[in-house]
Amino acid sequence: MSRRARLLLLAAAGLVVAGFFAAACLRLPAFGAAVHPYGERAVAAALGQRTANTVSSVNFDQRAFDTLGEESILYASVLSAVLLLRLARDERKHEPRPAPVLPSTRLFGAVLLPVTLLTGGYVVAHGQLSPGGGFQGGVVLASGLHLAYVAADYRALGRVRPLAVLDVADALAAGAFSVLGLVGLVAGAAFLQNTLPLGTFNTLASGGLVPVVNAVVGVEVASGVIVLLAQFLDQAVEVVER
Amino acid sequence: MSVFPYLMAGWILLVGIYGLATSRNLIQAVGCLSVAQSATYVLLLAVGYRRGATAPVFSDLPVGAPVVDPVVQALALTDVVVGATVTAVLLALVIQLRKRHGTVDPERLTGLRG
Amino acid sequence: MPDTARLLPLAVAVPLLGSVLLAVAGHRLPRLGTDVLAAFCAAASLGCLVLLWVRTGDGRAVSWVGGWGPPGGAPARGAQSVGIVLVADRLGLGLALLAAALVLAVVAYAWRYFEEPVGGHAGVFPALLLLFHAGMCGFALTGDLFDAFVFFELMGACAYALTGYRIEDPRPLHGALTFGIVNSLAAYASLLGIGLLYARTGQLGLAQLGQALDTRPPDLLVVCAFVLVLAGPLVKAAAAPFHFWLPDAHAVAPSPVCMLLSGVMVELGVYGVARIYWVVFAGPGGIPHPAFRSVLLVLGTLTALLGAVMCWQQRHLKRLLAFSTVGHVGLFLVGVALLDPAALAGTAVYVASHAGAKAALFGLCGLLLDRYGSVDEHGLHGRARELVLPGLLFAVGGFALAGLPPFGTGLGKALGEEAAGRQLPFLLPALYVLVSAVTGGAVLRAALRVFAGAGPAPVDRPGEPETSGEGEEPEVRGPGRRLPVPLVAVPAVLLLCSLLVGCVPAVGARLAEAARLFTDRAGYLAAAYQAPPAPAAPVPPAGWTAAGVLLGLLSAALATGLALLAVHPLHRGLGAALNRRLVLPLRRLHSGLLGDYVTWLVVGLAGLLVAFAAQR
Repeated sequence: MSRRARLLLLAAAGLVVAGFFAAACLRLPAFGAAVHPYGERAVAAALGQRTANTVSSVNFDQRAFDTLGEESILYASVLSAVLLLRLARDERKHEPRPAPVLPSTRLFGAVLLPVTLLTGGYVVAHGQLSPGGGFQGGVVLASGLHLAYVAADYRALGRVRPLAVLDVADALAAGAFSVLGLVGLVAGAAFLQNTLPLGTFNTLASGGLVPVVNAVVGVEVASGVIVLLAQFLDQAVEVVER
Repeated sequence: MSVFPYLMAGWILLVGIYGLATSRNLIQAVGCLSVAQSATYVLLLAVGYRRGATAPVFSDLPVGAPVVDPVVQALALTDVVVGATVTAVLLALVIQLRKRHGTVDPERLTGLRG
Repeated sequence: MPDTARLLPLAVAVPLLGSVLLAVAGHRLPRLGTDVLAAFCAAASLGCLVLLWVRTGDGRAVSWVGGWGPPGGAPARGAQSVGIVLVADRLGLGLALLAAALVLAVVAYAWRYFEEPVGGHAGVFPALLLLFHAGMCGFALTGDLFDAFVFFELMGACAYALTGYRIEDPRPLHGALTFGIVNSLAAYASLLGIGLLYARTGQLGLAQLGQALDTRPPDLLVVCAFVLVLAGPLVKAAAAPFHFWLPDAHAVAPSPVCMLLSGVMVELGVYGVARIYWVVFAGPGGIPHPAFRSVLLVLGTLTALLGAVMCWQQRHLKRLLAFSTVGHVGLFLVGVALLDPAALAGTAVYVASHAGAKAALFGLCGLLLDRYGSVDEHGLHGRARELVLPGLLFAVGGFALAGLPPFGTGLGKALGEEAAGRQLPFLLPALYVLVSAVTGGAVLRAALRVFAGAGPAPVDRPGEPETSGEGEEPEVRGPGRRLPVPLVAVPAVLLLCSLLVGCVPAVGARLAEAARLFTDRAGYLAAAYQAPPAPAAPVPPAGWTAAGVLLGLLSAALATGLALLAVHPLHRGLGAALNRRLVLPLRRLHSGLLGDYVTWLVVGLAGLLVAFAAQR
């Protein structure tokens, strides 16, 4: 197809799809309406499980099976990146050279690195109480660690980033999610059922299974994202043609 | 204009598709895929919005306060993670493709046809 | 022992845990240890599914994950649940079982298949296979639309990476990227559709959605949501014009991965279409049966014809097999479109047996790659005369594709033809015969040329758009070694299974029961909440009939005739004008360009929207 023919075809088909989508939107409930049946049920169920952050309750308790699948996708894409970005037969690694860094940048990194890691840990730990949770906190932790790269150099990042350990941690956390599901089965309840004591509403120990799954997800996301980024950074910094 | 946010989702999808169909750079194309995906976030969050309500977190809210739909937020969160990780796999493929083909222009990849 | 229903999530959890085990232990074990561990994990997953299959019987097993069933355990309040429900019946479980069997076959086939991976990445390949398997199980068993999207994406993410496994060769990367972008885009379209349905009904469960839609007459919103939701499964099923990614990806993926992609992943797309339509949209508030029937019949016929025509044109053997999958998927779509338990039973038998035959043929292509570093029909002309047994198996695979009795493909085809003939006499049965004869004939032609050196060496046609199968990176190092046993044994066993599907009456009988259950919408809706009554419809027939055997023999004879004609010198110049006018433009459409494929996706969506809206 010539580019012109493609554009014409796309424009015609796109107009049809746009027309139908707009017609469908006109038949949706008005924006901002008060009726959200599933949402109301989910809020009631979350409060019943003494989980203040209802989004976490949906993610880690009521629809935890979705999250199991989603964590598996994260895990699969980490494995995929490891597989696809491996050293080809005609490539080798070279040692990155130390790079000069401005003193102000170095200071900035040295101060911010612990603060970022603390923030990430806080966001993970309070997932059942306040906005945030395993994903958000995990990503903060993982990207915070890369301040070492910005503030020092690639070798410094290598020292604060034990890849072999994180690789295993990522896999084990992915497995731990399934194991937590099996605990429910062994306890005579359903897979992934929240059988732990629910604790007191609005405290760190509330929500039963939610903070546990939350922590597991936090570990998996943090280590998974670091391993994932490591594959890409290696390609940029270390891998050269033989 | 209560239908406007929904229409926006359709618009974003079509813009992303236009980018995918005309892009001359695969990294940009993967970006366009993410744009198309943003349509799903907009639609989901718009569907869950409730006028005058706040975030569905009850640590500093009285029980019974009006909140927006937490389910679509959870779905959007799942969607974000799915999108980000699939993007990572696709970018890994682009990196290797750049090495083997020496180009990231999809119009110059003609090894598979007929 | 807990009841079967509560064990359903194990179908996903067991392969997930297996993949974790392999990823952690894989590169710490010697090569043999990794292979044994992979085989063990695949076998454990298969065993788990066999257990579930036996214990579920001819009914349904319903499992509320996390115990979030109807509030107070009152079945009638099922629409008020906040959880995810898994609903297993024989068709869903059967596909999961088929996937497990193929994963085990692939692990056995890939025993010492790949070169020693560099840099401690042993175990990653089988770990991804098991994750892929977990995704397929989740998709087949879930009774929740959003959950289906999540597992659809899990399947996808694993499949893209497995397709691009050979990073030293540019073409797999290209095929995998096209595959990834087109499939993901379609998945996001599906999610938009899910968003529309959620806004209308406030539900995500399939049964709950179906029930909620039935409370009001359908409007354009329902049509739009239906087409958007179907985008994902239809692209996965490679229905024309959503099929362009498939030949590109299947031609270049490692042969063991092709066995899974063609054998079961594509068929899961068809399953998704059927499941979503039957449970969510088949009621009074959805898409009327005649509209679904006519649109899907056209779509299936188009796909089947296109697959057959393009299959015949290929010289790249794996691409040839990929297009034959497109052709057969067209027939499966026709089987689903008829909305008849008998046609569905035939399709189920067809899918099971097709998986064995197609996987065996891809396995034999892997053998050719291993020996000669090529899968090009022209380049390999007469070179594989030494491989007598593989050659025979390849020809047997061709006859299986052509639907020769008593192969299961023949039985599935016969059942499909009979049901189709009741709705559209002559035309639809002729489609079945034609498509299986042409695809089987193409395989037989390749077998004659490659393994017997029959006919004159084919001449290249410069200037035509085509993909040659030469200059492939061999998937294994050291072609001088002895022929590994699994490369022949696994295809042989797979072909035997394909034969047994047709010979063991129990298989057909069970799948016929399954088809009756699948098309019992009221039963599914009730089952998601409470114990349903037995379906009222009669169990469709699932045995051989004289007409079926004759039609099977006819297509096998046609396939043989086509293959012999193709390698005969007379064939030169025959139909050249037809080729130039009709086939060449069609081949040019398969340009390999991402922009074209995305455009076709939108064109397909627009076409479906118009077609369904016109018949509302």
